[in-house]
Amino acid sequence: MSAVWLCVIAVGAATVAFKATGPVLIGRRELPAWLAGPVGLLAPAVLAALVVTQAVGGHRAIVADARLAGLGAGAVAVALRAPLLVVLVVAAATAALIRLL
Amino acid sequence: MRARYFEGARAIAPIGVAAFAFGLSFGVLARTAGMGWTAPIVMSATTFAGSAQFAVASLLRDGGAAAAAIGAAVMLNVRYVPISISVASWFDGPAPKRLLQAQMIVDESWAVSLKRRGGFDVRVLLGAGGLLYLTWTSGTAVGLLLGNAIGDANRLGLDAAFPALFLALLVPQVARRRHLSAALLGGGIALALIPFTPAGVPIVAGAGGCLVGWSRR
Repeated sequence: MSAVWLCVIAVGAATVAFKATGPVLIGRRELPAWLAGPVGLLAPAVLAALVVTQAVGGHRAIVADARLAGLGAGAVAVALRAPLLVVLVVAAATAALIRLL
Repeated sequence: MRARYFEGARAIAPIGVAAFAFGLSFGVLARTAGMGWTAPIVMSATTFAGSAQFAVASLLRDGGAAAAAIGAAVMLNVRYVPISISVASWFDGPAPKRLLQAQMIVDESWAVSLKRRGGFDVRVLLGAGGLLYLTWTSGTAVGLLLGNAIGDANRLGLDAAFPALFLALLVPQVARRRHLSAALLGGGIALALIPFTPAGVPIVAGAGGCLVGWSRR
């Protein structure tokens, strides 16, 4: 098998299994009570981690580049309660403009 | 009932635009990496997770070994284990159906399906995830066809749209002080680990920020 197909099959199988872990293994049962507190806070924790890694993540380095300025402009749009599409365009356009300069 | 699917699709539509653009750039990269025509589309249709697919394509392009590419992609997707466990009890029906429905979980579709006051709507997930699935796979196909005619999407700031996107998804999740603590801890852990760990680890470790839930019952 070629390296490409090996990657496609292995990564696909692993990801399908990861996404199915909860719904297949736990299914309709209630989560145990000791998990209730952390589960309710998973979204803010993961989304904040995604903001950080997408904004300044590099190859094992913290990189401050045009993405950070885009995030800043996007944050202003979020604070002004702009629609999501506007937030995305403002962030992308800000970064693109900085790269042009 | 059916309205919920549309609610999900409507909520995610702006993100669908970004997913299509991201799919385009994955297609372009996959073509440059010599992944052929079928494999990238199969990958988008099965793995359905952008950053992991990018990691594979760029490692293969740079002559990396398959094992390294697989390891990097697996790291990037491990976060779906805690995410899928957190919403498990909202899925219904026989196991094969739950397995298929769970494939519509990506960061964005998961976030828009969380209810304001706790809880999770699987129908919104299916509508939102379904729309992202279509835009992601079709973007991949168009990117493969057009190749370098498109150029580098990051010149247009696509890579800056994603942190802003996650910020916009984060804000509605922060209703109380404990949510803010979890967000600050998750973001802080991620920032601290970026220089020392492979990509993906800072995200799944940042998920540990939710453990502040134990201290404030």
